[in-house]
Amino acid sequence: MVLNRVVEGAKRLVSPDRPTTSGDPLLDQLRGALTADRVHLDGVQRSLLSHDASVFEGGVAGPVCYPTSVDEVVAIMKIADEHGRAVVPRGAGTGLAGGAIPLGAPIVVAMTKMNRILDLDIDNRIVWVQPGVINLDLTRYLRPLGYHFAPDPSSQQVCTIGGNVANNSGGPHCLAYGVTNAHVVAIEAVVPSGDVLALGGLDAEPLGFDLRGIFVGSEGTLGIATKVAVTITKNPPSVRTLLLSFDSVRDAANTVSGVIAAGVVPAAMEVMDAKITAAVEHYVGAGYPLDAEAVLLAEVDGSEAGIDIDADRIADVGREHNATEVRFAKSEDERALLWKGRKTAFGAIAQIAPDYYLHDTVVPRSKLADVLEEVYAIAERHDLLVMNVFHAGDGNLHPLLIFDGREPGVLARVHAAGDEIISASLAAGGVLSGEHGIGVEKQKFMDDMFSHADLDHQNRLRRAFDPTCRANPGKVLPMGHSCADIQALRRVPSGVWG
Amino acid sequence: MAKIDADTKIDRALTEFAERLGADDPVAVVGGRTKWEVGGAPADGTRMVAAPTGIVSYLPSEMVAVVRAGTTITELQSALADAGQRSALPYWGNGSTVGGALAVGQNSLDVLGRGRLRASLLQVRYVSADGHIITGGGPTVKNVTGFDLPRLMVGSLGTLGSLAEVILRTNPIPDTMRWLRGQGIDPFAAFDALFRPSAVLWDGKTTWIKIEGHRVDVDAEQAALVRRVGPVEEVDGPPELPAHRWSLAPRELRHLDQPITDRPKTSNPTYPVGRYVASIGVGTVWASEPQPARSVSDAIRTVAARMKAEFDPTGRLNPGRDPYTTAGM
Ligand SMILES: Cc1cc2nc3c(=O)[nH]c(=O)nc-3n(C[C@H](O)[C@H](O)[C@H](O)COP(=O)(O)OP(=O)(O)OC[C@H]3O[C@@H](n4cnc5c(N)ncnc54)[C@H](O)[C@@H]3O)c2cc1C
Ligand SMILES: Cc1cc2nc3c(=O)[nH]c(=O)nc-3n(C[C@H](O)[C@H](O)[C@H](O)COP(=O)(O)OP(=O)(O)OC[C@H]3O[C@@H](n4cnc5c(N)ncnc54)[C@H](O)[C@@H]3O)c2cc1C
Repeated sequence: MVLNRVVEGAKRLVSPDRPTTSGDPLLDQLRGALTADRVHLDGVQRSLLSHDASVFEGGVAGPVCYPTSVDEVVAIMKIADEHGRAVVPRGAGTGLAGGAIPLGAPIVVAMTKMNRILDLDIDNRIVWVQPGVINLDLTRYLRPLGYHFAPDPSSQQVCTIGGNVANNSGGPHCLAYGVTNAHVVAIEAVVPSGDVLALGGLDAEPLGFDLRGIFVGSEGTLGIATKVAVTITKNPPSVRTLLLSFDSVRDAANTVSGVIAAGVVPAAMEVMDAKITAAVEHYVGAGYPLDAEAVLLAEVDGSEAGIDIDADRIADVGREHNATEVRFAKSEDERALLWKGRKTAFGAIAQIAPDYYLHDTVVPRSKLADVLEEVYAIAERHDLLVMNVFHAGDGNLHPLLIFDGREPGVLARVHAAGDEIISASLAAGGVLSGEHGIGVEKQKFMDDMFSHADLDHQNRLRRAFDPTCRANPGKVLPMGHSCADIQALRRVPSGVWG
Repeated sequence: MAKIDADTKIDRALTEFAERLGADDPVAVVGGRTKWEVGGAPADGTRMVAAPTGIVSYLPSEMVAVVRAGTTITELQSALADAGQRSALPYWGNGSTVGGALAVGQNSLDVLGRGRLRASLLQVRYVSADGHIITGGGPTVKNVTGFDLPRLMVGSLGTLGSLAEVILRTNPIPDTMRWLRGQGIDPFAAFDALFRPSAVLWDGKTTWIKIEGHRVDVDAEQAALVRRVGPVEEVDGPPELPAHRWSLAPRELRHLDQPITDRPKTSNPTYPVGRYVASIGVGTVWASEPQPARSVSDAIRTVAARMKAEFDPTGRLNPGRDPYTTAGM
């Protein structure tokens, strides 16, 4: 898919054709520690790894390393330390907040070659994996054995477990099962000093501070995960999937809060508006109605005996909120198709729009309908097309602003609309991000949610892992709180790698 | 003198708590004293301060409750129960407080049904060593905004900050909750036979099982259980638990009833010798004697010491208590 790159206060600094400075001791040391073919300095690699799926740009990837073992990651950290260089861990680069982009010219540590499933431990209900394992590959491996990995981000065909851990990623089925943090029990991580930490543990209640818990969601700023023990979840004996159609997005949103208020916590509740369903229908033909203003895809799972009780309750709540159609998936094929539609929604958009900007905020569920109406109004004021497809059960909004980056002045409108969407979400008692993280995208809004002292404490947490500020510096915390000066990081140090 | 940031909306009960805690002398927050010995005794000369009490707001339809840390678990759970909900906090009362439970960080006996305590904390407000009221996390059920201070606070025994007010996730109470008991049945087979048991407890001979859900689900699960492992009878609740709490990996529980000579040499933990009740699939074991000290690596100790130095440079918060010892568990 084509994403427009927005240059935010930073120039595009990569110069891919420059010859490598092969005599540099840093490079020689890295090549000595790994192998020459896994330390890249060519323009193509560095340019490619200077971006992620977000619209943001920073500096330029310095040497790009592909370690294959924890020892190699330790060596990279120690070499980086010796040379005072920053490191940026990277998975598949599907992050949407710019978490994996380099600022300055750091060493980029791409974890994609550490992609082995290490040890399935059914007794402990976990599986040890390397961080480069792709989310869907893990679930494909586990399914036939009766289990799966519960977090199922829409990007699951490509994103890595390491990225999921670093961003505490969610997905449609995290409503009942919880996001990544609830499914990680232990992490082996290399901190910037080169120490290898065993965070958490397989035992019931590991002693001491929950360092595991704070590593999850830390966006690569506390160190590099080299091995993760994730919980395996039993495949449900029975599943019911419902598609409810509505004449208004408000009715769909009110159904969602009504279901929760009725004491039902479904496995998933996803809402799509008419523009999204139309795009999806043209793309994969998922069987969504084309005459509905909004559809709600809901799923319940459990043992066969009682499964219809919750499914029927959802249907009833939907009818109370004027559902125009309530359809139960009659076969596994129909169910799979309904989900395929939801999961390919972004791919479908790529077919119809040259560029889009995907937002991510959370609001209390009872405020969903009001905030959605505001989102539509904001887009209209800025003369932009907006589509909504989101994890409604959690109140997690994902407004998609659609535009053509070639249109003069459109980017300024996209950003202005985005800022207003964020403000509206905060004003409704919401938060900045439900799953994409802060990265470089939302740093400037952190002061709107937290006080100076709050952010100071977040920075203290970070410093305990990384006192010299070399793990993914310049991300998450805004200027003045971050241990690194973001503006300085946006410039490439003179003479090196530039 | 407490330093309250002007830009934070903080209620009076919290600012008064911060003033009581001050910013200079050694202090410990005292709850119901039901887990007072965990992590060791407080150092002599530590001033005791109680956390503010009361439920600030509770929206059943949002499944979140805003609670001051000194509120008793009993008060909170009964307010939730009135609306058909519960939290991950344990349901037995006796004066223990919400803040104390979070500071200690132990899970409820039926953690498989209620969820882990650490996952239920959405937002925390605590008083820092230098007297600021700090907010971490956020009020919504899903949130990845910034570093995860709530997770850091759970289980930190009040050594990094004094919990003042929390926002907890709540959950519906299932329609039916049933405890079953079977003599001589295989507890591991019982755990495997069930889709989502809320607890499977085993004392080496007898197994207690908690199943929750719609009545028809519970009946069907019970029938499946009987088919797989043998007869069970309905009972009022779990067995009485021995006093000390151990933490093992679920797999280790398979060796609990084996003669010492049959246990794998490679497995690190020792096992209780007296009476025990083990939580299958979880790894918690209640035993008549305390768990021996567990080893902590130097690398972890280094980070933990830096964390303490960052949050409490003068060591005034709950001095004497160490989250890295098994003392008092
Ligand atoms: C089409 C599309 C749909 C998406 N849908 C969802 C969704 O439904 N839910 C959701 O939560 N997200 C979604 N995302 C966002 C993204 O896919 C997730 O954040 C994902 O977990 C990122 O994984 P990655 O391997 O691509 O990580 P990257 O983008 O490479 O990195 C993300 C962050 O993790 C850090 N990191 C990576 N590996 C490690 C490691 N081993 N150790 C330490 N830090 C590391 C990086 O430094 C960076 O800060 C979507 C993205 C796209 C493009
Ligand atoms: C027999 C028995 C079994 C139990 N089993 C379990 C169980 O399995 N799981 C479970 O979760 N609970 C269990 N409990 C309940 C448990 O006692 C409480 O949940 C809680 O752990 C202790 O709360 P408290 O208020 O008594 O804390 P206290 O004993 O008063 O304090 C415990 C520690 O927390 C610190 N502290 C207290 N409040 C704060 C605060 N606001 N901020 C910072 N630090 C604070 C104290 O300084 C002290 O170090 C059990 C209780 C009993 C009597």
